[in-house]
Parts: sequence; C-alpha cells; structure tokens
Amino acid sequence: MSQQSTTYVLRGARPLGGEPADVVLRDGVVAEITAAGAADTSGAEVVEADGQVLLPGLVDLHTHLREPGREDAETVASGTRAAAAGGFTAVHAMANTSPVADTAGVVEQVHRLGQEAGWVDVHPVGAVTVGLDGERLAELGAMADSAAHVRVFSDDGRCVADPVLMRRALEYVKAFDGVVAQHAQEPRLTEGAQMNEGVVSGEIGLTGWPAVAEEAIIARDVLLAEHVGSRLHVCHLSTAGSVEIVRWAKSRGIDVTAEVTPHHLLLTDDLARSYDPTFKVNPPLRTAADVEAVREGLADGTIDIVATDHAPHTREDKDCEWGAAAFGMTGLETALSVVQETMVDTGRLTWADVARVLSAAPARIGRVDTGPAAQGRPVAVGEPANLTLVDPAARRTVDGAAQVTASGNTPFRGRTLPGEVRATFLRGRATVLDGTPVAVGEAVR
Amino acid sequence: MKHLLSTADLSKDEAVLLLDTAAQMAATQSREIKKLPTLRGRTVVNLFFEDSTRTRISFETAAKRLSADVINFSAKGSSVSKGESLKDTALTLHAMGADAVVVRHWASGAPYQLAHAGWLDAGVLNAGDGTHQHPTQALLDAYTIRRHLVGLRGGAGEGVGADLAGLKVAIVGDVLHSRVARANVALLHTLGAEVTLVAPPTLVPVGVETWPCAVSYHLDQTLAEFQPDAVMMLRVQRERMSGGAGGFFPSPLEYTRYYGLDARRLARLADHAIVLHPGPMNRGLEISAEAADSDRAVIVEQVANGVAVRMAALYLLMAGEDSAEGNDL
Repeated sequence: MSQQSTTYVLRGARPLGGEPADVVLRDGVVAEITAAGAADTSGAEVVEADGQVLLPGLVDLHTHLREPGREDAETVASGTRAAAAGGFTAVHAMANTSPVADTAGVVEQVHRLGQEAGWVDVHPVGAVTVGLDGERLAELGAMADSAAHVRVFSDDGRCVADPVLMRRALEYVKAFDGVVAQHAQEPRLTEGAQMNEGVVSGEIGLTGWPAVAEEAIIARDVLLAEHVGSRLHVCHLSTAGSVEIVRWAKSRGIDVTAEVTPHHLLLTDDLARSYDPTFKVNPPLRTAADVEAVREGLADGTIDIVATDHAPHTREDKDCEWGAAAFGMTGLETALSVVQETMVDTGRLTWADVARVLSAAPARIGRVDTGPAAQGRPVAVGEPANLTLVDPAARRTVDGAAQVTASGNTPFRGRTLPGEVRATFLRGRATVLDGTPVAVGEAVR
Repeated sequence: MKHLLSTADLSKDEAVLLLDTAAQMAATQSREIKKLPTLRGRTVVNLFFEDSTRTRISFETAAKRLSADVINFSAKGSSVSKGESLKDTALTLHAMGADAVVVRHWASGAPYQLAHAGWLDAGVLNAGDGTHQHPTQALLDAYTIRRHLVGLRGGAGEGVGADLAGLKVAIVGDVLHSRVARANVALLHTLGAEVTLVAPPTLVPVGVETWPCAVSYHLDQTLAEFQPDAVMMLRVQRERMSGGAGGFFPSPLEYTRYYGLDARRLARLADHAIVLHPGPMNRGLEISAEAADSDRAVIVEQVANGVAVRMAALYLLMAGEDSAEGNDL
C-alpha cells in the first residue's frame, strides 16, 4: 500500500450533493469533515471545490482492459488512466483477454499490472469456463485464492449457455462467496445477430438480436440461483422484459443483482440507421421503450448498478462494414456524465443514489467493500479517501480523439454531456486534479 | 441525385423520372447502333464484393451503351478475412478517379458507408447490399409492371409519366432475407401501388407491421381475395430449410405446396396479370416450369429492362438534369 504525505483540503465540496463542507484527506483516509471554510489549510494542498459534488470513488464492475492480448486497443495502464479520468478508483477487468483470464497466473498478471499502473484498484474477473468455451469450469478456486483474490466470475462476451454448467458454477462459487456475472445471450437465438431485432433491423436488413434471447437466459438463471441458493449478477441488462424478470425475482427474494450500461440508458437502435459501427454493441442498443424501462428499473432499485462495459476497439475493427465490425463501445470517461444526464438531471436519482449505483453497490457485489483496500465506502471520517469530485454544472462535448482511453470508439462523440470529473483520489493520493490525470505509476510504489 | 442507395430515399417524382428516363433509354436500344455518347470519358467502377454475374453484366452493358469506361473490380472475400478493407478499396477508387461506383456487397449498409464515410467523392449506386436494398431491381420491376399494366392498358405508349396507382402487387417468398422485397415495398408504395407480402411466418421480418404493405401467410387466399395484377416470386435459397441457422420451413416440397406458383395457381390469376421473378429461378421450388414459361411471365423481359433502368440510373447520377448532353438521347 502506498501512502501519500500530501494533505488535501477539498474546500466547499458538497458530499453526495449536500451542504458545502471542507473535507480533509490525510494519510489515505478522510481525516475531517467540517463547515465550509473552517478547515485548517496550513501545510495542505487546497482543492477549490466550490459547487462540486463529492462522491465516493466510482467502482466499475465491468471493464475491458484488453491486456494481455489486445494492447493495440487498450492496456491496463491506458484503461485505468481513463478510469481515473472518469472518476473511478476501482475497476473489474473482464476475463476475455488473450490468453483468457481463466487461471491464477493470468489474473495475477492483470492484478500486478494494475498495481504497477497505480491509477485505480484493478480486480480481475475470472472466466467461468476454460477459454470461455462453455464446456468445463475453469479453476475458480485457484483464482479466488490467488493474489488477485477473484470474487467475480464471468465469461462475458459469451453466455454460459449450458444450464448444467451454469448451475455448477453458481453452486461452486458459494465456497468463497463469489458471484457469477452472466452475459445473458441465448446463443442459438442470436446466431449472426448484428443489432436489436425490431422495426429498425427489419427495415435496414441487419440480422436481429431478439430481446427474448436475453430474457430467456435471465429467467432461467434467476430460477437456478433460487434453486441452489446462490447469488447471481446479470451483466448489462438491456430490455424492458429483463427488468420485469429481475423485479419479479427480487420480489421472490432471489439473490440477484443487475447492471445497466450508460449507453443503454441513453441510446437507441435508431442509431444503426447510420450503419456506423461505433453503435454496434453487445447486447445491442434497444428501443426507446427499453431505455425508459431500464431508467425506471435503475430508479426503483430493480437494477442495482451502472457498469460501463467499456470495450475499446482499434480503428480497423470499427472502420469497416457493420457486419464485419467488432461489438463494443468505450465508456469509462462518459459514464458519470450519462448517468447525470439521464437520471440526475431528470430528477430520478439523487447524488446519494449515484454514489450507491456507481460505487457502494458495485463494490459490495464484487466483495471489495471491506478490508484495507475497501472501495465503495461512505464519505465519512475514518473511511479510505477514495473520492471523486464532479462539477455538475460543467458541460463538455465528447471527442473520442481527446479521451484518455487508447481507443476512439465512443458512441457519444459530438454529444454535449453534463458534468465533469475535476479530481479523483485513490486512498488520499490524487490521480486526477483540475480534470487532468496526475502522473503516477512507478513513482508511487 | 448524387447516389442511389435505397428506394426509400426516392420521391414519387424522382421514381417516375427514373422510369421515364429508362423508357427513353429503352427506345434507343432498338436502334441499329445502340451506343450513346452520353458518358464518354467518364469512369464507372463495378465493385463487387459478392458474386453476381447477372447484375454485373447488366450494369456493365448499361455503362458501355452510354460510352462510359468500365472497370470491373471483384473484391470477393471481405475485411473479415484477409482481404483489403472497404475503406482502402474506396480510397483506391478515389485515387483512380472513379466517377461512379456500382457496389454489390454482402454487408447491409456498405453502399451507404461508401457514400457517407468521406472516403470517396464518386456517386454510389447500390447494386444490392446484404438483406437491405436493391434499388435498380425494384426500378426494373416497376418499369416492367408499368409497361404492361399501365402502358398497354391505358394506351399511353410505355406508360410514360404515369405512376402505379391502383395496381395490386403480391410479393411471394423469402421476404426476411430479401433485399428485392424491401426495395420493392418502398418503391411500389411510393408509386401508389398496393402491396401484399406472402410468406410463411418464419420468413417475415419482425417489425413488418410498420411497412407500407399488407402481409399474408396464405398464397391461395391472397390470389383469391387480393386478386393481384402482378405476382412477384422471390428466390428461395435451399439452404434456408436446412438445420443450423436455417429451418425456416420443413421441406422444399412443403414450401412448394403452400407458396409455389404452379399451373393450378397460375390459372387463377386475372387475365391481365403478370408474373415476375428477379432470377435466378429455382424451377420446381418457388415457381414451376409452367409458370416460368407461360405467356404471363415477363421474366426475360425484366432482364432487358434491367439494362434500360441501369442506363437511366447511371445517366441521372452522372450526367444530371442540367447536363449539356442531357437531350442527346
């Protein structure tokens, strides 16, 4: 654990959007919260935070860092730097790398690269099955016991489609309080699928990815989770029907959590009419009715968290025919802004709710909310100083080329979004100041 | 008109102009010397990412009859495999100074990307993209329908200046995978015709209820009640019925039984009704030999009309209305 000698006074910050206060960070923890203007600033670096909202550092349960294997699209260093710029202090790195993160060796490598980069805590996600092939369980226990301390397991990008294998995985991870994060996509119903199946796909002649292919798997999985008494996490839920099924499951007391991505909160399948592969993503952008349903689900707690599914791709994987392009879009640097636009500025979530859906709840699901490196904690004296300052009044126009991530495939390109991350602190050390990442890396270790 | 990407982009006036221009072009084709000087010195590239000898030679003939230089660029394979990317191909054609690019592509939307991605200045003419659109096929179908059902009936020559108001067209077969069906529904609707799609439910796209047409699962009922003036049979690919991603119908025999145009169904058509097929036909599957070879079938004429329609499209894209050579037909 690195410790940082600088004491910061965040002057006039509004914890969770409340009354302005001075917040003092010292020795990696929140040392003091006093009335605005009351903190002793001698020997401290003052961060003027007038009007800015102070949130716990954001925690992403669903990030693709691409390393090892596709360092041309993103590396652990570039991706985590982008995460810090987006206000994150922890990310869960998905397992669909090359080689796949299906052994203790690979997850420990990713974990170590995260520590070396120093921008955020990197928690590797372990593959559920060997090589993501959906045939036999990977060594989940070894990954859980490794230095990477894996608790979230996912074949994300592919669905654990075999019901028996899914049942075994749900059961097996109980031994170490793990969770299976399912990419819900019935494979036979989505062969060759390119976009949401509906009015737009029919018109523009792209093979459809029907909502039922997601909903059928979620329905099966919540029943399996109930049957074997396990917890289940549903990745990037995208349809109105999926919201209904999770709502029903929760009403039955089934231990299920669900996430929605920023892009599914804002964008619809109408964008495919441009045939611009920037808008090609899996699960696909859905209809306006689905967007409304996921917003409602997030507002009423059916959907527990927002996770980015940050999926960087090289230019050549996107500068081509829609049918040949890769699925995925970047999201780390726009997630908070999209949540502000769709949920806060519309009055559906408070900033305290934002802290829950982007920090506390994902940390709890990933079981990284306790111990010396705890994330997703309250903004309170004595807690680790993992914090994000956001200026909700700022507006900025998204430019993929100007982003920190190594890839330019942001679907929000050219959009003006509200809110800007002004500063991020990881255990009291600034990773972002004045809206700019602060050089870290080897120096801090 | 800078590009011809989708029949859904055409106004009624533009569609009628295309058909009327095609009629003018067709008239020149009965001359002893068929070649016109209109596009002399201009270059048309036939860019084919998917095999289609018929469509390619139709475009090639059309361009040559207008005296354009024609370059055939076969780019089979795709950027998925190790072929050159669409972007690099477009940049290459741009560098070579193509004036128009006729593109056939397996990927829906590829012509739209070529027209809008900024890789290329040339006009783009969609010669069929994935399961999206095939505008010149729909135009030649409309031209053929107009010639037979408006021109010959109303006595106004080839039907020049007319739309297709009041005509009823049944489009039968694999609508789901058909760019011909999509292109025809949009164009026939714009021209005022009434369209009924006939297909087994498995071959009807989700969302079809928003299309400007009716949908029927029963060919016999449609023939009896809708009483189409024209019946357009779509090609059914045999692989659609096999397993895997197929399985859209139980067997070719069953498909033919319910959706094939055979002698029995042919006999039920109104006297003036015509039969169209975009080719190539599966005789004995979607259309019987009796139907294909009957007097009602205008299938061979469709091919001839295809050249005239493609001449018209190339002419309007490349020479434009205000061209000095505009009257030089």
